[in-house]
Amino acid sequence: MSSNKETFGKTVGFVFAVCIVCAALVSFSAVQLKPLQTANKLLDKQTKILEASNLLEKAGTKSKDIVATYNKYVEAKMIDLDSGDYIEGDTKLFDERRNARDASLSSKPENDIAGINRRSNNAVVYLVRDDAGKVDTVVFPIVGSGLWDLMYGYVGLEADLNTVKSVIYSDHKETPGLGAEVMNPKWKALWPGKEIYDDAGEPAIELVKGGAKADNEHGVDALSGATLTSNGVTNTLQFWFGEEGYKPFIAKNSGGLN
Amino acid sequence: MSDAKKVLTAPVFDNNPIALQVLGICSALAVTSSMANALVMTIAVVLVTAFSNLFISIIRNHIPSSVRIIVQMAIIASLVIVVDQVLKAFSYQLSKELSVFVGLIITNCIVMGRAEAFAMKEKPGVSFLDGIGNGLGYGFILMAVAFIRELLGFGTVFGVEILTLVQNGGWYQANGLLVLPFSSFFIIGGIIWAIRQWKPEQVEKD
Repeated sequence: MSSNKETFGKTVGFVFAVCIVCAALVSFSAVQLKPLQTANKLLDKQTKILEASNLLEKAGTKSKDIVATYNKYVEAKMIDLDSGDYIEGDTKLFDERRNARDASLSSKPENDIAGINRRSNNAVVYLVRDDAGKVDTVVFPIVGSGLWDLMYGYVGLEADLNTVKSVIYSDHKETPGLGAEVMNPKWKALWPGKEIYDDAGEPAIELVKGGAKADNEHGVDALSGATLTSNGVTNTLQFWFGEEGYKPFIAKNSGGLN
Repeated sequence: MSDAKKVLTAPVFDNNPIALQVLGICSALAVTSSMANALVMTIAVVLVTAFSNLFISIIRNHIPSSVRIIVQMAIIASLVIVVDQVLKAFSYQLSKELSVFVGLIITNCIVMGRAEAFAMKEKPGVSFLDGIGNGLGYGFILMAVAFIRELLGFGTVFGVEILTLVQNGGWYQANGLLVLPFSSFFIIGGIIWAIRQWKPEQVEKD
């Protein structure tokens, strides 16, 4: 090794040059790939919403068809969670996760059973129409703590806003083979037809350890070996369909949506 | 030419980064619960190791030795970010599952190890091949472990059902142990034993 490359000035200069080249490489790839990444994210979300409203099979697997089906049947609407009223707002730019971190756009739930810490004041719900233009499914985004981290998903309700059509998780970090079975089609198939609210109008939906009885319209089998994930799912649903979740909206619209 | 071939293939069995050099065990535990994940991780590590070796080798005569580790890290980290970005752009589903681990390639001992042990001394071309070879050696173990874990833990191979699970109406009771990351310790241990039975010269002398 020659000693002349070890001077202070050369070392600083070399490191600086390497940093410039690396930074250019990283920025270039990040900027160039951004549109593709945004499109992927949106497509993923639209796919989940279609899945939650049982339209995914109809749409097929091509991304073009998914976007077309989504645009044809689904309408995103922003609501104020406390009052349950529709409000104006850009549903495309809405980001629940970012809002939940912003103190001016979110609040601490009084009874935070879902373990989310802060809840965005607004939410976007998705009205899914049939071919005749009548609302036949409403898809509600949900979030709540599982065993390891927050689990994000969607619940599709029929137009009576009580009967479950689907519970679809999109993003979670649960243990593969145990908690991650929330993604198992067999488990997801247990949900359709269950009812969220009991006769008193309180959210009664829950996962039942050891298996729900066949005549239990509010109960679904818990995931075996994943008690904490199952509790998380129950609490998430109880929270989001309770007073601090979508209940005000549901109460105002249970007479029928348009 | 035979030298180039040797550099490329030696790390797969004779000088395997996981089985002989015992590097990169951490990620081998984390990403081997399914074969699809292991395959993507393999490709990512092959690319990162190959290109970091190439770039570091190109500038090896100019790197001041007092800051060489930092320079290597800067190059490796940049490559990892690029790979992560590409994955997010072209394979969103996999990137959702693997993003954390792809980021951790930066700390994967194999990449640093090869940069420091090989690329700092050798010419760019052969360093590039060494990077590919070591990536493949890593990938070979990863795929072997993932095959065992996915088959016995979930009854599937690349997501295709081979053994029908009890909960899907079949006969196979999934092995819950193999679903958990630490089961890889046993499997990697078994593989190391098998390779050393086959190639006794790899056994360390007391």
